[in-house]
Amino acid sequence: MGKGKRTCVVKSQERLAEDVYSMWIQAGDMVQEAGPGQFISVYSKDGSRLLPRPISICEIDRPAGALRIVYRTVGEGTREFSEYGQGESVDILGPLGNGFPEVSRNKEVFLIGGGIGIPPMLELAKSLTCKKSIILGYRDTLFLNQEFEAYGDVYVATEDGSAGSRGNVLDAVRDHGLKADMIMACGPTPMLKAIKAYAEEHHMECYLSLEEKMACGVGACLACVCQTKEVDHHSNVHNRRICKDGPVFRAEEVIL
Amino acid sequence: MRKTSVNIAGVELKNPVMTASGTFGSGQEYGEFVDLSLLGGVVTKGVSNVPWPGNPAPRIAETYGGMINAIGLQNPGIDVFVNRDIPYLRQYDTRIIVNVCGKTAEDYVGVVERLAGEPVDLLEINISCPNVKEGGIAFGQDPKAVEAITREVKNHAKQPVIMKLSPNVTDITATAKAAQAGGADAISLINTLTGMKIDIHKRAFAVANKTGGLSGPAIKPVAVRMVYQVAQAVKLPIIGMGGIMTAEDAIEFILAGASAVSVGTANFHNPYATAEIIKGIEEYMERYGVQDINELIGAVR
Repeated sequence: MGKGKRTCVVKSQERLAEDVYSMWIQAGDMVQEAGPGQFISVYSKDGSRLLPRPISICEIDRPAGALRIVYRTVGEGTREFSEYGQGESVDILGPLGNGFPEVSRNKEVFLIGGGIGIPPMLELAKSLTCKKSIILGYRDTLFLNQEFEAYGDVYVATEDGSAGSRGNVLDAVRDHGLKADMIMACGPTPMLKAIKAYAEEHHMECYLSLEEKMACGVGACLACVCQTKEVDHHSNVHNRRICKDGPVFRAEEVIL
Repeated sequence: MRKTSVNIAGVELKNPVMTASGTFGSGQEYGEFVDLSLLGGVVTKGVSNVPWPGNPAPRIAETYGGMINAIGLQNPGIDVFVNRDIPYLRQYDTRIIVNVCGKTAEDYVGVVERLAGEPVDLLEINISCPNVKEGGIAFGQDPKAVEAITREVKNHAKQPVIMKLSPNVTDITATAKAAQAGGADAISLINTLTGMKIDIHKRAFAVANKTGGLSGPAIKPVAVRMVYQVAQAVKLPIIGMGGIMTAEDAIEFILAGASAVSVGTANFHNPYATAEIIKGIEEYMERYGVQDINELIGAVR
């Protein structure tokens, strides 16, 4: 019935930085429905790790029926995934959630990624035909930044100043005097909070991709909620499910 | 044709497999993966008289062979539930079991009365949620309180009443007997075990509520033991749960004395878990020549 959990095959795996890996998955027809900002649930083969890891889709190759995820090894589950070689099976569910909206050609957009929030911005950068300024924030080591260059002007910020602007993504925006009509962003909550405030101040339309610990990934368990300004029609309280109603929300509807 | 149907307080379930409250919403989300008409019953997420916002996030954390949750019984309230969720479930050929939560006896009674005229088969009264400050587990740990709330609910309920017991007690048979004395029609157990996880890198609690309910295969031996003890102590039908991942797990609970089982955390690991468990139970019956599943209930004494 409909979408489902399926066993797929790893096409390739590559290490991009000390703890950041890139995996291409032969995922079949499910990639046809996938869009930028959506995620997949990836399941461990170890029965002691029950919950799927939600990982954003970094790239979609529809003709090849393949998906790319770029993820950080933060615990045993993601460490297990990083050890999968070409030909290894991998259980996934998806595509899940609602991604970024389409944007008309005449708009100018900031695509902002911070840390492991950078990967989903790559497919978004590929898919948007409007004018894009791509701003990427890192702690120190860069990854994926060169791949973005084909799709727009790329500006980098690092916390230690080892590359690009010293500081965060908004420091890079200010350093380069960048302007746009709209923001689309994914990254750690403090970054999203600052971007939300920046967008309000500059009267910019803004979409944020949020993250929270998830269990089911499909909207049933109510683990991954975010606070909302208005009462949500589904929950009937001031929160929404990140996995099912998001992960991308209009900035003004959520309270970070 | 082997008989897989079981009877809970006069309500026949086509098979003993239900969903565990709080893991399956009201069925809409998992309905995309599993034909709900296959299930013996759907036990809904707990519903209260008014909407409850639940606890701050993070609300869950994975632990070895399990997980800790502290959702805090977020729910849209009985009005939305009655108007949206019951009609959804009515489309399927399955039993509807509504899990009821409250902060006071009046809250429980209010929900139970509101459901009296609704097409609901059974009520499961949650007196065992470890994640809300008032109500919930406060009613579930003292036998006197269990008996009193059971009697109060029974006085107002139109449908048969299942009391859901907490494992966070010294003697599970004491609260089970109290539920029976209060007039319960059935017992379900176990709710989650209160647990804690600390993130050593952040030096902080892994769930915002500090404590949460531990579920999953890590708790299964405790649950099987408690189902067995309660089966020896009371005459009521038992719905067993706690870490059921496979048909083998479900059969273990049935042999220990459960007339039906609920599948919870397994849904997160495998959205098809309920359907696979139903199929696996039939295969087990086939393999061992069991004509009627009722032969298995409490067969290990």
